Amino acid sequence: MTLPPLAVDALVGFIVLNVVIGMVTYVTLLERKFAARMQSRIGPYYVGPHGLLQPIADAIKLMMKEDVVPASADRWVYNLAPIVFLVPCVLIFATLPFAPGLGVADLNIGVLFFLAVSSLEIVGLFMGGWGSNNKYALLSAMRAVNQIISYDLPFVFAAFVPVVLAGSLQMSAIVAAQQGAWLGVVPKWFVFYPVIGQLAFVAFLVATLAAENRVPFDILEAESELVAGFRVEYSGMKFALIQLGEYAHMIGTSFLGALLFLGGWLGPGSDHPLVGALWFLLKAMLVFLIVTWVRWSFVRIRVDQILAISWKLLLPASIILLLASAFWVAARGAHGV
Amino acid sequence: MPETTARNTVEIGYGGSERLTMNMGPQHPSAHGVFRAILTLEGETVVAVDAVIGYLHRCHEKLGEALTYVQYPSIASKTDYVAAMTAELAYVSAVELVGKIDVPRRAQWLRVLAAELQRIASHCLWLGTWCMDMGGALGGGATVFLYAIREREDVLDLFEALTGARLLYGFHQPGGTRYDIPAGWTERCRATLDRVAQRLEEYEAMLENNAFFLVRTQGVGVISRELAQEVGVSGPLLRGSGIAHDLRKAAPYSSYEEFDFRIPVETAGDCYARYRVRMAEFRESITIARQVLDGLPEGPISSRPGVKSVGQVRVAKGEGYGRVEGARGEVGCYLVTDGGPKPYRLKWRGASFSNLAVLPHILPGVKVADVVAIMGSVDPVFGEVDR
Repeated sequence: MTLPPLAVDALVGFIVLNVVIGMVTYVTLLERKFAARMQSRIGPYYVGPHGLLQPIADAIKLMMKEDVVPASADRWVYNLAPIVFLVPCVLIFATLPFAPGLGVADLNIGVLFFLAVSSLEIVGLFMGGWGSNNKYALLSAMRAVNQIISYDLPFVFAAFVPVVLAGSLQMSAIVAAQQGAWLGVVPKWFVFYPVIGQLAFVAFLVATLAAENRVPFDILEAESELVAGFRVEYSGMKFALIQLGEYAHMIGTSFLGALLFLGGWLGPGSDHPLVGALWFLLKAMLVFLIVTWVRWSFVRIRVDQILAISWKLLLPASIILLLASAFWVAARGAHGV
Repeated sequence: MPETTARNTVEIGYGGSERLTMNMGPQHPSAHGVFRAILTLEGETVVAVDAVIGYLHRCHEKLGEALTYVQYPSIASKTDYVAAMTAELAYVSAVELVGKIDVPRRAQWLRVLAAELQRIASHCLWLGTWCMDMGGALGGGATVFLYAIREREDVLDLFEALTGARLLYGFHQPGGTRYDIPAGWTERCRATLDRVAQRLEEYEAMLENNAFFLVRTQGVGVISRELAQEVGVSGPLLRGSGIAHDLRKAAPYSSYEEFDFRIPVETAGDCYARYRVRMAEFRESITIARQVLDGLPEGPISSRPGVKSVGQVRVAKGEGYGRVEGARGEVGCYLVTDGGPKPYRLKWRGASFSNLAVLPHILPGVKVADVVAIMGSVDPVFGEVDR
């Protein structure tokens, strides 16, 4: 029996969605364990062996929490915000192939779609900050708009360096362009391209930190001054949705980084898509852990300093990198290394 | 002469008339207890601040009139619960001063040891909470916090072995100390001091080589030398503003004149200067504590017999002011006695209270995020502010 194409798409989408949600749940455990090791603690330990069931316990706890809506909140905006926030964060996985042929849709403008959709989360964020009718949340929403606008530009420019080098916006084509190795040893991943690759990767990571609102750029949450920022009034499942969205965005960006700079699913071993997916996952987790490492080692910087870093340093640097990669391609051809 | 009105408003001239009044505290992650700052904001910039205190008032001075000289030292430790030894020492100093009670040399040295270990423990907590104020409970600040708390726990373990209590000790009594050091404690203490000294270098490497830490602290919350004197701040705040005033040198008590140490001073007056002063004080405290362990004299630990009844200490009619250099500055206790077993009147001078008074002068004009950084660098403990 053959299913109609639409049903197949829906089924694939459903599976990917659930894989993403499962991954998000367990990435929180990974981060907590990793942070605990950094802080010479053990981390979650008691729920299940080595705390393996902790995320599930957390999810159940959040579902059973009372859903409090502030009396003076703008109910429509307030209730809608977590969903508006979550949808783009999950939607970015639509164009992300996990291995050759293993994904929902390998669009020919995949990277553009990813970047465009992921910056939509700001709408939900601002709705949450505004609808809560809370001063902390409002300040946080103001900061969010400031920060996302400032950091989306360098984020896009840094992400476009591999696009220019590969000569395609299609994700599978970008991975394909990274096949092979120099001298048979160093893989031709874009991060290994001399100077341009490394600088672009660093710029990408910094912009990623800001786009994901993580320390040192987590001025939106800023719990030491704004308590919890835009989500201060959210509780229970709405809070969980926001959290889910944040982590989904984080993982999606980690996958994008692994795909653009670390060769995606390319790796030693068999060419089976599942082996490729495993490599891809490992690389994405590496990117995620670098981001986490930074998060748990730095103090937060101030809003004016964040904007200064973006406009005065990161944006010019990423534009120069993009130009440099364009010259590189013009001089040597897209694959002419 | 700096502006010294209670409400100091800065005009930043955005042109807009929209101002946001935001309550920071008393229930707030960085309130360091129960401080309430009513901030008036223009955008992200603070234009005025009203400080409200009193949420933790527990009638300590009235309690001092109701409890005897034997009972009160362990209650005095509850004023500044982060550095409990300090207030105990200030109280018994005042009692000994007014009552002309001798303190044996060994007891004086033990008091110095307790005071310096307490300074280390208190500064550990300050370092952790301050970094958490800047770095967030979900970031690098929490990492420093957990590291620093680990060292504080080590010191508290020492106190536990010494007095049986970890937070509020009741170690001092008029005429000496209540406990002597137990067997094997000296070696443990030395090991802990070595460990703290080694980890201090790790913290400095982690923080001072960190550009983000530097931009958050350098040039932020500058207290000028004049303002510091005008407001009457003491302790690391005063020394961070370039004034080398430390009661351990200026008016030595409890045989501090016998120890060899220096008073760290920084001139910048910003958060980073206060950080440098406290980091240097860590090291000086370790030096003093080692000197005590090396040369602890033999002898009795108290000039008075052990406690048999709560009313056994009586102080002749008189009055006097006992003061010590605590972790946060000068902690003083003014005592008026009437010959009975209880003081007639007791007045505390809390270091945090006087230090906190500087906030309305330096907060207007800074960004919201700097409010918590500056407050953390002032290191207030609200048990001591409100008493």
